Amino acid sequence: MKFTLSWLRDHLDTDAPLERILATLNTIGLEVEGVEDRAAALAPFRIAYVVEAVQHPNADRLRALKVDIGDGTIRSVVCGAPNARTGMKAVAALPGAFVPGTGITLKAGEIRGVKSEAMLLSSREMGLGDDHSGIVDLPEDAPVGASYAEYAKLGDPVIEISVTPNRGDALAVRGVARDLAAAGIGTLKPWNPEPVAPAYPAPLEWVIDDPRACLQVLGRAVRGVTNGPSPQWMQDRLAAIGLRPINALVDVTNFFTFDLGRPLHVFDVAKVRGKTLTMRLGREGDEYLALNGKTYRPTPEDIVIADEAGVESLAAIVGGETTGCDESTREVFIECALFDPVRIALTGRRHQVHSDARARNERGLDPAAQRAMLEAATRMIIDLCGGEASSISEAGAEPAWQREATLRFERIAGLGGSSIGPDKAVSSLEALGFGLTARDDASVTVSVPSWRNDVASSASAYRAGGTELAQEPGLDPARAAAAAEGVETIEAECDLLEEVLRLEGLDAIPSVSLPVASPLPLPSLTPRQSRAGVARRLLAARGLAESVTYGFTARATAALFGEVPEALRVENPIAADLDQMRPTPVATLLLAAGRNLARGIPDVALFEIGASYVSPAPEGQLATAAGVRLGHTPRHPLEPSRAVDALDAKGDALAVLLALGLSPAALTVTTDAPGFYHPGRSGVLRSGPKLPLARFGELHPRVLSALGIDGAAVAFEVLLDSIPEPKRRKKAAPELPAFQPVRRDLAFLVDATTPADNLLRAARGAERALIAEVSLFDRYDGDRLPEGKVSLALEVVLQPRERTLTDAEIEAAVAKVVAAVTKATGATLRG
Amino acid sequence: MADDLDMLRADIEAAMAGAEDLRALDAVRVAALGKSGQVTALLKGLGALPPDERRARGAEVNVLKGEIERALENRRVMLEAFALDARLAAERLDVSLPPRPTPPAGPEAGSIHPISRTMEELIALFGAMGFAVAEGPDIEGDWHNFSALNIPDHHPARQDHDTFYLTAQEGGRRPVLRTHTSPVQIRTMLSQEPPIRVIVPGRTWRADHDATHSPMFHQVEGLVIGRDIHMGHLKGTLVDFLRAFFGIADLPVRFRASYFPFTEPSMEVDIGWSRKTGELGQGGDWLEILGSGMVHPKVLANAGIDPRMWQGFAFGMGIERITMLKHGIPDLRPFYEADLRWLRHYATSPLSPFTLHDAA
Repeated sequence: MKFTLSWLRDHLDTDAPLERILATLNTIGLEVEGVEDRAAALAPFRIAYVVEAVQHPNADRLRALKVDIGDGTIRSVVCGAPNARTGMKAVAALPGAFVPGTGITLKAGEIRGVKSEAMLLSSREMGLGDDHSGIVDLPEDAPVGASYAEYAKLGDPVIEISVTPNRGDALAVRGVARDLAAAGIGTLKPWNPEPVAPAYPAPLEWVIDDPRACLQVLGRAVRGVTNGPSPQWMQDRLAAIGLRPINALVDVTNFFTFDLGRPLHVFDVAKVRGKTLTMRLGREGDEYLALNGKTYRPTPEDIVIADEAGVESLAAIVGGETTGCDESTREVFIECALFDPVRIALTGRRHQVHSDARARNERGLDPAAQRAMLEAATRMIIDLCGGEASSISEAGAEPAWQREATLRFERIAGLGGSSIGPDKAVSSLEALGFGLTARDDASVTVSVPSWRNDVASSASAYRAGGTELAQEPGLDPARAAAAAEGVETIEAECDLLEEVLRLEGLDAIPSVSLPVASPLPLPSLTPRQSRAGVARRLLAARGLAESVTYGFTARATAALFGEVPEALRVENPIAADLDQMRPTPVATLLLAAGRNLARGIPDVALFEIGASYVSPAPEGQLATAAGVRLGHTPRHPLEPSRAVDALDAKGDALAVLLALGLSPAALTVTTDAPGFYHPGRSGVLRSGPKLPLARFGELHPRVLSALGIDGAAVAFEVLLDSIPEPKRRKKAAPELPAFQPVRRDLAFLVDATTPADNLLRAARGAERALIAEVSLFDRYDGDRLPEGKVSLALEVVLQPRERTLTDAEIEAAVAKVVAAVTKATGATLRG
Repeated sequence: MADDLDMLRADIEAAMAGAEDLRALDAVRVAALGKSGQVTALLKGLGALPPDERRARGAEVNVLKGEIERALENRRVMLEAFALDARLAAERLDVSLPPRPTPPAGPEAGSIHPISRTMEELIALFGAMGFAVAEGPDIEGDWHNFSALNIPDHHPARQDHDTFYLTAQEGGRRPVLRTHTSPVQIRTMLSQEPPIRVIVPGRTWRADHDATHSPMFHQVEGLVIGRDIHMGHLKGTLVDFLRAFFGIADLPVRFRASYFPFTEPSMEVDIGWSRKTGELGQGGDWLEILGSGMVHPKVLANAGIDPRMWQGFAFGMGIERITMLKHGIPDLRPFYEADLRWLRHYATSPLSPFTLHDAA
């Protein structure tokens, strides 16, 4: 919402400086978005008289001028403008002045042998528009030497405020003035439009065809008007806030929209077919050409205004072209109507029209000011365009907006934390237009002014600003009813409290630190929530860089990584390549890794803790710690570089699982990872035989080639949500035997396809009482072995508990291990 | 189509089906479409036909040729896939092998993202004030994201949310990508009894993309419900947090009346900074940093809490925004690009977790 300072002063009697007005606007909730002081930028520019303009001696397209800027010096100026001529009045800048349109600070110079000691400016050079066809050509009576900004009345700062959705009343200069006056900035000027006596019967009748279409409508004609350009003061105001002046009748409606927050519409009576204008809901086949040049097809939920020929406008949103007013209009019909704000909001959204009329109608107008607004508009039209007014035709009735609200003074401190006293609270409300109905020591009851649709909205028949309760249907009925009753009791009180606090300024409320809830704070994370943090630290400590990537990606990319259900498709993506929720963070991490490769970084290790999306349900969003490694291990003199492989990814996944409390013995590996992994070089880590906890492996070459990634690439995903919560129980005392363990190394020859893990399991199970640990320490598959065979070497640790083991006991245990491994895997002991 | 062409097609299709590898398939191609292939011969033979027969026959032969080309291509793609799968099957690695004892690089190479770092700081600072962390899903229903927060379908505030919708489900309900972390207020109030003190750090989504907006970003929400929590507490909590987070004991904080559908009274909060240098705490300019207010009675009631018995405040702020301000990061977009050069510059070491005992 924009307005100029002088416009504000039309309604507000104040001598407060601009800075104080701006500070107050911010304090009371009318946030200042910006102030444009056009005069400041134009301050150095003076009105000049061109004493002489002759052809430049050395340039065909230039002229040599003698210019007087009223300081007694005649300056030589070289000018290229085609309209420069002797005797004209123009705008001059002297050396040192900054020219906003060109971004250059002017310097004196010489052009082809002629001195140039000033510059004559075009509108564009002054930053005042696009006109660059020539220098500004001022009327003959423009005073030489005067400030151009002052002469052109540009010394009026334009203030832009952001009006929150609840404050329809502040979408009017008068509404802003009222708030400022209540906050102690000056006095609101009276506004009592005098009725215009009717000179003839109204030529058009209103019909409200459906009560849902319109609450109340007034209309009135003025005949004998002359519709030309509106007066300069009005054009200046509209231009200052960015509106294009059109003609007097249309400009009046725009002026009312901003001045009083009252959108009006004007019909050219001669263009209306028939004698009635009907407010009704849209019908099949309705269609009209709007003033914005677009064609709209109203639906049965939209409100339209129709004459005998059909729809003329989408009510309160955008008017029609066919009955609009232009220079030929001789009789105008002014519409001043009140519609259901909810219906207007939905219509505006349905047809995607953002108009000043819609913004005000959907937030709510002053339902009591209908007649006064129409009288004021009639008077202004007669003032500007002449003519005489008809009687008023009307339909519908003013909605019952009258209501009261009560504030208990105790709540000012109790909810507001403020020390404002009862007297101050009441006077603030009165200053805002609330009427005192009753007051005692504990509370005040006020009547709500008609323009404040945001206060005690629920009690107004005009539905502006109101919202309905939307209670969770599963609530216990008694509990829900009590909560609803609570709202009914205190909602309006909160509205009043907001007004009282706002006018005083929230900075006035003393800050109080939150009281402690317990002497020491309780843990802020549950064990479950802590897991993401542990995984994050661990993976970063393993050399991966944490990343945050988008949760959506291109559908085709997502499809490389799994199911792409229609239910996870973004209906209105911001870009075509962000239209599907990712099935796994590996998808977006690989894209990010590919970008790093493309920047010339050959080795990339990234991870992300984020969601994999498998369905739109809350349980379909799986917290995942995922990572990718591409390229090689670091080059180093002591350690040869090698390509990353599936076991690097397994190492990452396993490390996370172990850090989150799983024991290695409880984990198994299966080879059924999802299809985006290499089928022979990937695995699933499971708790026991079933529950999958993590996946890892090389990526499938087809996926890499689809993403344009060359070279080795591995990935892992730890499904954090699947990891069982650690049980909170005390550990048994540790077993700390007094005897040294005995180690034996055993090498087996086994089919290369046999998983090493099978040997380890068999060995561990061979003699549980004695075997403390079995690990693989060598794997050899060289050509000295039979085809298809591999040698696996195990270290077995025997832990005596009662006494030192004899050689015979050791041999017996080793024999059991060999027998168990052979039985389970067909492996043979190498000699 | 003429019988001889049907027979020829059947023959070639049978040969294709019998081709077990790419070489065999190429032989089929040459036999059909090569220089002296069967179909090529038919095309060459057209010239000998009378003109009226030639046209019809020519069209048929060309249709056949097209069909065979397509079938060959399909078979080729299939055989290539078979070949790749066979190669991959041969490339087996025993994934039951234990991984190497150390990763390719250590903590010196890894890093924590600035967003996570800020979240850790938030959790530590608010945790010290007795807040617990609450979470909720990214994909929300309309009720949680809007209606329960007193933003009905027709509310003008909905326009400001630039909501992403997922495909409508049966019954016409369209899930949304949550536009703020506020739906977790509702989830929390429905799942636990007051008093409540939670913060909700998390991902949020809006259909807006430019230098200062990302379609996915992060917010932290705060919710405090008690018997006598008032606006002074809201101000105190935010002032305490902002000064601790930015490490400026006298950071100027300004409160302006504002409006949000889910709080009343509402306020926006500014901190003092210099627009010219970007330095916080001095310079005389104000920078808007968060929105807050007393929880609206309807929001409490929508979640079954009687607003006569309980009251409290809520706030929400952008995690990227406070991170950028604290660390002087000028641009939003690199947060999501995982550019290792940027991460190395702004990320923190995994060995420096945020605790209240260390200087931040």
